[in-house]
Amino acid sequence: TNLQQRRREGPAAALLWQKPRSAAQQRHSVTAILSKMAGADGDDSLYPIAVLIDELRNEDVQLRLNSIKKLSTIALALGVERTRTELLPFLTDTIYDEDEVLLALAEQLGNFTMLVGGPEYVHCLLPPLESLATVEETVVRDKAVESLRKISQEHSPVDLEVHFEPLVKRLASGDWFTSRTSACGLFSVCYPRVSSTVKAEIRQHFRTLCSDDTPMVRRAAASKLGEFAKVLELDYVKSDIISLFTALASDEQDSVRLLAVEACVSIATLLPQEDLETLVMPTLRQAAEDKSWRVRYMVADKFSELQKAVGPEITKNDLVPAFQNLLKDCEAEVRAAAANKVKEFCENLPEDSREQIIMTHILPCVKELVSDTNQHVKSALASVIMGLSTILGKDNTIEHLLPLFLAQLKDECPEVRLNIISNLDCVNEVIGIRQLSQSLLPAIVELAEDAKWRVRLAIIEYMPLLAGQLGVEFFDEKLNTLCMAWLIDHVYAIREAATCNLMKLVEKFGAEWAQNTIVPKVLGMANDPNYLHRMTTLFCINALSEACGQDITTKQMLPVVLKMSNDQVANVRFNVAKSLQKIGPVLDSNALQTEVKPVLEKLATDTDMDVKYFAQEAISVLALA
Amino acid sequence: MSAISASEKVDGFTRKSMRKAQKQRKSQGSSQYRTQSAPVELSPLPQLKDAPSTEQQELFTQKLQQCCMLFDFLDSVTDLKSKEIKRATLNELVDYVSTNRGVLVETAYPEITDMICTNIFRTLPPSENPDFDPEEDEPTLEASWPHIQLVYEFLLRFLENPDFQPSIAKRYIDQKFVLQLLELFDSEDPRERDFLKTILHRIYGKFLGLRAFIRKQINNIFLRFIYETEHFNGVAELLEILGSIINGFALPLKAEHKQFLMKVLIPLHTAKALSLFHAQLAYCVVQFLEKDPTLTEPVIRGLLKFWPKTCSQKEVMFLGEIEEILDVIEPTQFKKIQEPLFKQISKCVANPHFQVAERALYFWNNEYILSLIEENIDKILPIMFGSLYRISKEHWNPTIVALVYNVLKTLMEMNCTLFDELTSSYKADRQREKKKEQERDELWKQLEELRLSNPTLVQNNCHGLTGIKRMVRHFGKWAYCLSRSQVDEKIDATLVSLWEIRSYR
Repeated sequence: TNLQQRRREGPAAALLWQKPRSAAQQRHSVTAILSKMAGADGDDSLYPIAVLIDELRNEDVQLRLNSIKKLSTIALALGVERTRTELLPFLTDTIYDEDEVLLALAEQLGNFTMLVGGPEYVHCLLPPLESLATVEETVVRDKAVESLRKISQEHSPVDLEVHFEPLVKRLASGDWFTSRTSACGLFSVCYPRVSSTVKAEIRQHFRTLCSDDTPMVRRAAASKLGEFAKVLELDYVKSDIISLFTALASDEQDSVRLLAVEACVSIATLLPQEDLETLVMPTLRQAAEDKSWRVRYMVADKFSELQKAVGPEITKNDLVPAFQNLLKDCEAEVRAAAANKVKEFCENLPEDSREQIIMTHILPCVKELVSDTNQHVKSALASVIMGLSTILGKDNTIEHLLPLFLAQLKDECPEVRLNIISNLDCVNEVIGIRQLSQSLLPAIVELAEDAKWRVRLAIIEYMPLLAGQLGVEFFDEKLNTLCMAWLIDHVYAIREAATCNLMKLVEKFGAEWAQNTIVPKVLGMANDPNYLHRMTTLFCINALSEACGQDITTKQMLPVVLKMSNDQVANVRFNVAKSLQKIGPVLDSNALQTEVKPVLEKLATDTDMDVKYFAQEAISVLALA
Repeated sequence: MSAISASEKVDGFTRKSMRKAQKQRKSQGSSQYRTQSAPVELSPLPQLKDAPSTEQQELFTQKLQQCCMLFDFLDSVTDLKSKEIKRATLNELVDYVSTNRGVLVETAYPEITDMICTNIFRTLPPSENPDFDPEEDEPTLEASWPHIQLVYEFLLRFLENPDFQPSIAKRYIDQKFVLQLLELFDSEDPRERDFLKTILHRIYGKFLGLRAFIRKQINNIFLRFIYETEHFNGVAELLEILGSIINGFALPLKAEHKQFLMKVLIPLHTAKALSLFHAQLAYCVVQFLEKDPTLTEPVIRGLLKFWPKTCSQKEVMFLGEIEEILDVIEPTQFKKIQEPLFKQISKCVANPHFQVAERALYFWNNEYILSLIEENIDKILPIMFGSLYRISKEHWNPTIVALVYNVLKTLMEMNCTLFDELTSSYKADRQREKKKEQERDELWKQLEELRLSNPTLVQNNCHGLTGIKRMVRHFGKWAYCLSRSQVDEKIDATLVSLWEIRSYR
């Protein structure tokens, strides 16, 4: 038929839009293509594709981007065959575009397998992704590599060798550093599924890239070294990877050396224990003493992983002194990273010598860090130090750790104090919080009045926990005033948190306690000249009514709320309506009908429209109409 | 403090500049990691000028060795006496190499470079302020500057000494030396970067064998800056050196240099901190174009590709650079690039940010640019007209409106007939554009329906006749399809009919 004939001519005519056009041509693109084609052979079956592709090359970047994000729709409209023969060649040729468009394209192509006809055709996606893997912009390149890794899994072993592996080789021997960088991320996905000759070639390519001329490529290779080692046979790990690892770990650039530290974790995990000492440890020791703080920082940051990877014996002999040095490092960045690991490191020490190592080697360093000159170091330590008490037990905690906790509770930096207070539960389990209470109080009071509202907010959040651990008497005596003072804080977030805090305290200490200690104070604020404080009374009642129960709510709270319905500030009045709606379910039906209903009806005729609205809402929710 | 709390009351936040102003100017020590044990107290040596000439060389060496002792300047109370002795000795050494002839004997070279390396090559410490804003924040100064400054001074005098022999020195001032020197350009201390700039320039001038290496390493630093870290303090200084290097390139330009322009200098424009080195960067670019005008088109295309989308401040800088390029452009090159360029300029004059619009409109004050526009008015006027006409009616800023009127007047005088034609067809053009826009929306709506009606198709369509059938059923009339190729045709036919509907409207 006519249609079939046109179809056959398709690919030839497709050439028309394969070459990127100049701006002048683009201006009248749709019409140009139309007239050209109509003039040539009257083939109108191509119009739609022309239109679709025209969308992909719209002059406006935003429109182009929108179209590329819907590339799957376009492919769907074209069908698998024409996607392969026409759309993909077009895409491969338009690679010079805005990076944003290229990023979207790289992402889309990773999910295109089914749209080109399934795994047997997946290799069609390689040419555009190969070009994308060579562009300058890192984000685009990384996305292209990610998509390539994804579709590599969909290749059959034969296709992998015929199509995928040659692509990796081309990238690995590209002229410009970008393609070589991309290649580094592709070795490990094809290595396990190719023949042994090809494997040998891949190893050779990786080796070459590890000693590349540009530091960018060496960094890429170093960052993939661990991943690549994992897919290699153990013999090759020993013969190939170790020498690469050693070389990268002594690179002239510290940015390369520090990446080797990351690889160290994977490599050490792969090797049998008896080889670690000769193959890995010399390099690791050297990294822990590197003259660049960035490398030492990396060692500190990866310390727990390294510890697990090398096992207990090496930890005892090598890592303990190394860790001590990192804790005493001259750069605060390194000390802070190491301080963060103190608890984890101690936990993972071999049980037979754990206590002895901590007491003689780690604790002296920790003691020094408590009075470090840098606040980040101190606060990193404060966030983990309490965890040591469970490891060391009651006696050691009281004798050795308690003085440190107390010192940190008095630290000048609020973050340090907060970190201690937020981890009190660990200590509570071991020695009980009362040991600390004398020092805790001034610390809490000071944080409660800190000039930064976020600090105040943080301490409020720990109040219910503290109250539970310190007991009701201590609380009434020392902390109650603080909790009430927060209700009139000038920051709304603090007043809100304080209200919520009261509710949690009542849940902990019971209704009777509430009636005696907090309800009178809360209700007293209803007469405050500041309308914000009067509203706080209402917010507290909302929060407390349920926990306090029907009796207190009806007898003490309700009269105050009803009285406030005459407040001169509309905000207070409509909050009365909201409060009545909230506490209604707690009240008995008699009180609802005789007391609440008349007040709400009155508010429903208020002059202020918001008051009216909320009163009507309350009436309908409480079914009083 | 009172000023701060007053502003705090307004919005609860202190302004960054105020917060910073409270801080003292900070200084920082270098990250010396156990490079030596505690300093030994120095004892003063006799003055070089007092020594008999036979012993001078020996004394010179001793003094160089003495200056290898490093001190902790963060601790301002320890080693005061030794620090002073080293300072005086360094001063004397600077004096000695700058005023005396015949002091640079071959055996002195290793001692000299050893002293220099020990003092200046160090790992730079972590930045005190991780979100350091070079425009607003005070830089952290190098604490050991009293000594380091003199060592740099000494290095400079050493290189400039008339007896200095690169053929001997190249054994010590080698690739490794240069690499470490380049890393120091990341120093936050502007005084240090300034010395480094002069020193690297001297080395580039004297060591021919290191030139290609230096250029390559600068390349690497820039690429790391652009694509990896976005942080390097010495970009401006390195560009300044490159500016004079480019000046000396021989013609025709080597491929390596062109690649540097297109793959390094142009992408440098994407940096967030462009304002810190834009002047130097633009200078380098213009230097290239003056050497080889055929590079104009790719350079301008590159700038258009990286044209800022949200940062008006950067957009003004780009416009400035474009004007600098247009100042030196050849008319033949201008013709090649005028259309894409003026499309961008047309967007700029319509920018709601008045500084961007103003900067673009200032092009019309430039005599040379004006002559280029006049020569190509047939091409440029249709591109510019729409924007200018619209903002002459719509822009919020009266200065811009006034400027636009002047520009429109100038353009009208250049080609009155074309101007009239454009004015009369303006409305119709807008309507046509609007209609085109609607048609696009329509097309996408149809495509979207096609997709939505086949949620399973995306997963199934390789062996998914069921999916295709469902899709086809959506189009109603082809309920009985037999093969996949026929289905493809049906879909095409649908789109054909969609297209026809659109074009008849």
